[in-house]
Amino acid sequence: MLKHRVVPTMLYSRTGLVKSVRFDPSRRVGAAAQAISVYNLRQVDELILLDIAACADKRIPDLGLIDELADYCFVPFTVGGGIRNVEDARALLQVGADKISVNSGFVERRALVSEIADVFGRQSVTVSIDARRMENGHEVFSHCGAKPASVEPAVLAAEAEEAGAGEILLTSIDRDGTMEGYDIELIAAVASAVSVPVVVSGGAGEYAHMAEALEAGASAVAASSIFHFTEKTPLGAKTYLRKQGFPVRL
Amino acid sequence: MSTSVVDTGLCNLDSMLRALEFCGARPHAVRAPRDVAAADRLILPGVGAFVTAMARLESMDLVRPIQDAAAKGIPILGVCLGMQLLASTGTEGGVSEGLGLIPGRVTPLRPMGPRERVPHMGWNTVEHDGSHPLLGGIAPGTDFYFVHSHRFDPEDEADIVARTPYGGKFASVVACGSVFGVQFHPEKSQKPGFALLRQFLSGPC
Repeated sequence: MLKHRVVPTMLYSRTGLVKSVRFDPSRRVGAAAQAISVYNLRQVDELILLDIAACADKRIPDLGLIDELADYCFVPFTVGGGIRNVEDARALLQVGADKISVNSGFVERRALVSEIADVFGRQSVTVSIDARRMENGHEVFSHCGAKPASVEPAVLAAEAEEAGAGEILLTSIDRDGTMEGYDIELIAAVASAVSVPVVVSGGAGEYAHMAEALEAGASAVAASSIFHFTEKTPLGAKTYLRKQGFPVRL
Repeated sequence: MSTSVVDTGLCNLDSMLRALEFCGARPHAVRAPRDVAAADRLILPGVGAFVTAMARLESMDLVRPIQDAAAKGIPILGVCLGMQLLASTGTEGGVSEGLGLIPGRVTPLRPMGPRERVPHMGWNTVEHDGSHPLLGGIAPGTDFYFVHSHRFDPEDEADIVARTPYGGKFASVVACGSVFGVQFHPEKSQKPGFALLRQFLSGPC
C-alpha cells in the first residue's frame, strides 16, 4: 500500500536555515547540512528545501550548497527558490535535486511548468502554492506571500496539473509557523481539484494535526516548526499516524 | 569489476553514483558506445518520457551496444524509466520501440479508486516470494521509493519477480536472464535500496 509521507521542510535564507511565522522569517535554526544528516538518520520519507531569499535576490539556490546537501541526502530531495526557466531547473537537477519546486515563476508565467515537464518529466516538477484565507475563500500569494495573484488555490492547482506538475506543495500562509493546525478547508478544496498528490504545509503543531490533513485528502504532510522547536520527530509522527490507521513507512 | 552507469544527460546520475559508492562499488558514468561495450555491469537509470529517452539512446548510438551487452550475459539493471526501456514497446505518445530485452508493454498507470493519484509517488510495498537473489535479504513487503506514471507489463509472467499494489498491481521488479529492472529508486530508498544494489553488484544474480 502506498504510504503517506512525512516530509520535513527546511527554509534557507542566504547563510542558514530559518523558520518563519506567517512568512516572516525571523528565527535562525542552524546549519542545513547538519539538519539533513540528522533527518536521514531519523528515516524521513523525503526532504524539501526552499530558499526563501532566492526570489527577491533574483537567483536560484546556491548550486554548491545543493550539491553538498545532496551528498548527505539518500531520500528524495525537492529544492525550490527563484526558478524562472528550464535552465534554472536543469542546473538544480544536475547537482542532485530530485524534484524542483516552482512558485512565483508559475504564477507569472504558466508555460514554465510545461516547459520543464516536457524536458525532465512531470515527476520532477512540484508546483508550490502559498495561500491566505480571505473574506470570501482563499487567495494565492506569490513572491513569498507579498504579491496577490488574484486566483483561488484550487484553480491554480488544477492549472498546474494541466500544465504538467507531478505534485502540488500547498502552504497556508496564515498557519505557517503557528503550530495551530493545518488549514483543513484549504487542503480539502485543493485535494479535490486535482488528481496529482498534494503535499500540505503550514500549521503542524501536534501529530493529530497531520492526521486531520491526511483525512482531508493530503497525500503527504510537510512540517518544519514542529520538528525544530518541539521534541516531536518525523518518526514519532509516523508512529502516531500508524496507530490511527494511516499507512506510513516505519 | 567495473560498474558503468549509462549517462544520457537526461537525468542526474549523482545520487546513483553516490549510492553505488556507498555500497562499495567504483562506478563511472559512460556515454560512448565503446564504453558501454566494455562494461562488466551496466546500470540504466532514467526519469521522464519513454520516447525521449529512447530517442536519446538512439542518437548516442547506445541501443545496439546495450542489446549486445545483454546478449553476452552482462548484468544490466534498469531503474525506473530505465526498467521501462527494457520493454519491447512503449505506448507513450504513440507506440514506439524499446530496447526489447524483456518482452512486454509499457502503458499508463490507471488509478483504482478515488484515493489513488498519479504519478504514483512515495513509499510503497514490494511483494515477492523471497526466492530471487536480487531481493536476497530483503523481506517481502519492504517499502521502496517510487515516482512514475507508467507501468511495465512483461508478456511472460515468469519475468515478474515482485509486484506492488497500486493501479491494481504492477510489476515492480522484473528479471529475464541477466537483465533486471526495478520500477522504484533503490538509490533513494535508504537501507533496503542499498541492499538491493549490493545484491546486483555481488551477483551473478
